[in-house]
Amino acid sequence: MDREQIVQQVRDALGDKIKRLHVANPRRVYVTVEPGDVVEATRILHKDLGARFNIASGMQTQTDFEVLYHFAFEEEAPNGVLVTVRVHLDHENPSVDSVVGSVPAARWIEQEMNELLGIEFRNHPEMKRLLLSEDWPKGVYPLRHGKPWEGKVEKKL
Amino acid sequence: MSNKAERTKSIVPIGPYHPLQEEPELFRLHVEGETVVDVDVDIGWNHRGIEKLAESRTWDQVPFLVERICGICSNSHPLAYVQAVEDCAGVEVPERALYIRTLVAELERLHSHLLWVGLAGHFLGYNTVFMWGWKYREPILDIFEELTGNRNHYAMMRPGGVRRDVDESLFPDIHRKLDEVWKQLELIAGAVTDDPVLHARLKGIGVLSREDAIAYSALGPTSRASGVPADIRRNHPYAAYDRLEWKVITTENGDVYDKAIVRVLESFETIKIIRQCLDRMPKGEIDAKMKEVPPGEGIGIAEAPRGEVFHYVRSDGTNSPIRHKVRAPTYMNLPTCKATVIGESITDATIILAAIDPCYCCTERLAVVDADTQKPLMTGKDLVRLSQEKTLRIRKELGL
Amino acid sequence: MGVTIKALSKSPWVFHVSSGSCNNCDIEILDCLCPRFDIERFGALLVGSVRHADALLVTGAMNRKSAIRVRELYQQAAKPCLVIAIGSCACGQTFFRESYNMVQPLDELLPPGAVTAYVPGCPPKPEAMIAGVVKALSVLNGGKKKGDGPKAEEPKKPAKPQKEG
Repeated sequence: MDREQIVQQVRDALGDKIKRLHVANPRRVYVTVEPGDVVEATRILHKDLGARFNIASGMQTQTDFEVLYHFAFEEEAPNGVLVTVRVHLDHENPSVDSVVGSVPAARWIEQEMNELLGIEFRNHPEMKRLLLSEDWPKGVYPLRHGKPWEGKVEKKL
Repeated sequence: MSNKAERTKSIVPIGPYHPLQEEPELFRLHVEGETVVDVDVDIGWNHRGIEKLAESRTWDQVPFLVERICGICSNSHPLAYVQAVEDCAGVEVPERALYIRTLVAELERLHSHLLWVGLAGHFLGYNTVFMWGWKYREPILDIFEELTGNRNHYAMMRPGGVRRDVDESLFPDIHRKLDEVWKQLELIAGAVTDDPVLHARLKGIGVLSREDAIAYSALGPTSRASGVPADIRRNHPYAAYDRLEWKVITTENGDVYDKAIVRVLESFETIKIIRQCLDRMPKGEIDAKMKEVPPGEGIGIAEAPRGEVFHYVRSDGTNSPIRHKVRAPTYMNLPTCKATVIGESITDATIILAAIDPCYCCTERLAVVDADTQKPLMTGKDLVRLSQEKTLRIRKELGL
Repeated sequence: MGVTIKALSKSPWVFHVSSGSCNNCDIEILDCLCPRFDIERFGALLVGSVRHADALLVTGAMNRKSAIRVRELYQQAAKPCLVIAIGSCACGQTFFRESYNMVQPLDELLPPGAVTAYVPGCPPKPEAMIAGVVKALSVLNGGKKKGDGPKAEEPKKPAKPQKEG
């Protein structure tokens, strides 16, 4: 299968879940789905189509939060393609269903996005601190805009 | 957990300050007698907030930052990062720069695998292997110092190309040093394949099945040893890899023995790649001279010694990334310890965990933190000693 | 006291600890044990417990989760115990200083005067580390006092990228 065929396969499999599919270049595809469809969309890519889960990345934009789930289609070497599933979440209360049920390897990264960005992952099997120390105050999300920790975290031990 | 289980289980922490595993990390093994029944992994001991720091660095300052994510994969992170920027900007990198990138990346793989072989040797009680592995790293580090100016943290990558050209008058000497390393690798490969003690020690131990390797999204030699032929250099070609002849090394059994074999055999392939880079180094520019990064996003991936390194950048057209996501291979490989060490003996715990080749600083990570405050029975040092004693016992049993 | 210091300067037992490090300094410390540098022939030994240590080699930029343990380890070490900051991160945190997850630098984390020597570099070469440890030992041995001789270098800032080449 060449890269275009891989992309077509993704298009067909995700069907009407696709809000927008952007082929940035032959190796990079970005698919936007509704937050309600993210569990099924990631399951289709990972379980049905056999794509490897690379990682997820979250970010705060000027208007909302985005969570991106990155997958690698690589059985047809050297025609590897990275397909990213993107969801847009509410700026005030970013919340989405956890995909750990369909993508077990997403467990840690959802914990990380929760503690660094304050994104809620509903039904995550074990949401707890991953990177930050226990004395880091709740509600202070370092990866959000600006320096949210200023005045809230004692720098000196 | 029932009360009965609490009475029979004990907790054996490895780390956080184990002298032979330099980065602080904690695995907490729950043991019943001598068998590991559960493992907790706690990370956070090296978290330095690098993703946030990248947002206040310019695009060409970031390589200096991400280089310091990990000392052993010091080139892989900048390489993946600059590829992410080039992906975002749609920039084509000159051919000579692609070859220089490949050269540096493969030299790094070589010294990293030798480092691992040395550490593994120590855990098994083969201290001569430790000394040997690290002694033969030195010529590689010398090559780095001659080519790039530093033994580690080579600062060779920049978006659009490489920062420095390489001096071709050094190439004959590099070939000679590689000849020497090749000979030593042949010795070690022979030793690993012929030594019945190593077979007894490592075969069938810490098996990661193919299904688990896929479920955990394991990477690098950790997954290739389980029969998953994923190698970013082959599947998503970058730098000059698709212009050179080399093999992806995969084995089937997923045990510690296979993980060791994959790394040793990869080292031979690595030397072949380096030689081809030296012999075929094309003339020309080393830098596409990028002026700016347009708004957009990009992903760069590279095959570090431990597996895929993943960098994502988002640009709004200004001087700095507005988001930089970094994911090192050990982040995906570490959780596989749940599948590989549970059910095994504590005498094998250190070598099974080391077989992931954890680059903790990459993941910044791994500390297995346990909520209990139970008093430890043994330290990590005791576990290493147990591992070494097991090797001696097997040697006696085999009459060697 | 004289006997202890003399014994100390002859065969230092070192304990190595890292907090928020990229591991390069740590690898180069281990490299000192290996055949090319082989500090064991001088009697130097890497020990597994801080209670046996004469010198504490500290690397890393002091991150929140692990820095407290560096201080605890220092308190557990039998005095006199030299503390040697190995690498630019341990000397002054470099650009990690502004990170949200860093606490104060090593020489402010430990009691004043605890850090005997600073070996800057990223990473410092094994030769530099050995020179640093030897110099620190000579301080104890009644050689040059701290503050005599060349000042410890300011930790080097990472080089500004050049626009051309």
